[in-house]
Amino acid sequence: MKQYETVIGLEVHVELATKTKIFCSCPTEFGGAPNSHTCPVCTGMPGSLPVLNKKVVEYAVAVGLATNCHITRNCKFDRKNYFYPDNPQNYQISQLYYPICRDGGIGISTEDGGTKTIRIHEIHMEEDAGKLVHDEWGENSLIDFNRSGVPLIEIVSEPDMRSADEVIAYLDKLRLIIQYLGASDCKLQEGSMRADVNLSVREAGTEEFGTRTEMKNLNSFKAITRAVEAERERQIDIIESGGKVVQETRRWDDNKEYSYAMRSKEDAQDYRYFPEPDLAPVVISDEWLAKIKAAQPEFRDEKLKRYKEEYKIPEYDAQIITEDKHLADIFEETTAICNNPKKVSNWLMVETMRLMKESGIEPGGLKFSPENLAKLIDLAETRKINSQTAKEVFEKVFYDNIDPVKYVKENGLETVSDNGALRETIKKVIEANPQPVEDYHNGKKKALGFLTGQIMKEMKGKADPAMANEILKELL
Amino acid sequence: MANIISDETIEYVGILAKLELSSDEKEQAKKDMGRMLDYIDKLNELDTDGVEPMSHIFPVNNVFREDEVQNGDGREITLANAPERKEDGFVVPKTIV
Repeated sequence: MKQYETVIGLEVHVELATKTKIFCSCPTEFGGAPNSHTCPVCTGMPGSLPVLNKKVVEYAVAVGLATNCHITRNCKFDRKNYFYPDNPQNYQISQLYYPICRDGGIGISTEDGGTKTIRIHEIHMEEDAGKLVHDEWGENSLIDFNRSGVPLIEIVSEPDMRSADEVIAYLDKLRLIIQYLGASDCKLQEGSMRADVNLSVREAGTEEFGTRTEMKNLNSFKAITRAVEAERERQIDIIESGGKVVQETRRWDDNKEYSYAMRSKEDAQDYRYFPEPDLAPVVISDEWLAKIKAAQPEFRDEKLKRYKEEYKIPEYDAQIITEDKHLADIFEETTAICNNPKKVSNWLMVETMRLMKESGIEPGGLKFSPENLAKLIDLAETRKINSQTAKEVFEKVFYDNIDPVKYVKENGLETVSDNGALRETIKKVIEANPQPVEDYHNGKKKALGFLTGQIMKEMKGKADPAMANEILKELL
Repeated sequence: MANIISDETIEYVGILAKLELSSDEKEQAKKDMGRMLDYIDKLNELDTDGVEPMSHIFPVNNVFREDEVQNGDGREITLANAPERKEDGFVVPKTIV
């Protein structure tokens, strides 16, 4: 059989994290009653006028700068005309002729350990459509326009990806950049990041592109991987059996792991774009651009490098911590207070991760303050509490952001540093356990562990095990 | 009439506009569209070389809104325009989502 190469380009829609919609001041907040977040503008009532949300432009420019795009200093909106019940105006306000960002690209790591640039053709601003819900008790559908007019950016790549792995690497890189900017939470499952995959195959070594299809409804990285593999196979099968791939939009069904063509001839796609006359052009001045540039955060790649150099934490730790900006922020702020990066990293990597997994809390939902984590680390490092107590106190910090110093004091959890009291207890334990003591003297090291355990029990966990061990050996 | 609209074109425009036309209506629409295009052709008589395409009638730009929520629950006003309403939703013919 011939060798085939997969050629993939992506159209990624990202819902921006603005408080209000793109052209009206309705809230974008998720979860309101159907149609409660609507007004004449976002339901396309005749005579209503859209007014652009400034924050949308700023987020779009910020993403453009972070992905090395040219910013179109004089950009405009256009109308994309189509009829569908989720689109109340019968057109979507989008950008065709002068998109806000063009000709960018980001680097991704490839499977063989190298790097590769995925070029970005353009990024444009547009509005989302409403949501159609099928009425289970009737022969109708119901529309909720709460999502209508929620701001989106669409990031269109060049056909530079060659495998599902490269697609995932590219999406993950985009996600991190956008999350670091705070421009979106980029959740595929919840639809705040959506990827349409344009895929074609060609015989290895040839230059000319094959006919591509567009795949929609991909809600997870796993679904994307499966869809890419399946569509590659489907197209190769068609070509191998002498057929021709038809250019069409297909919908992926991840449960059944197959796709089907979405539109028929009756739904001819001809969007008849024309300039949007209701919106004034957007002019991005040098000053405005400089201001947005100055506000760009330190991105993941830079953080990774700095964490290894400045904080001297292992690559693996740095990878995990910078995977999410909230986590990275907690790490840096805590380290700034307690100046012990390795310990902060350990608390985040082990206990924080464990509790996050247990509770299902995501990094963005972490409630504890860097101050309280730093205090806890300090308590543990100065041996004011032992490691078991530290873990227990951390749970309180994690869930309720308590002040560990106060909490330890109020609950009497300090290790007993009073040597006298500890000594007395140890003497008692030695007297009460003649057999283990004898065992120890006969060279059974295990007996020491047993005795330490007894001491800790007597001290109700408030002794420093290392110190107890020391005194125990001395008294034996 | 300089512009002649073909049967294919009127068929296609019908699909795009979601209109079902009888054969009489199609003939009428072909004539109407041809005349409209003739009228628009007049604009081509003007020399527009070097003229920037206009996208807005006033020389303004950067008309913005701050990102502040101002609208409250718009349900009743919005749904008052619904031809048919069920609970808080617009009722439309069944669509394959």
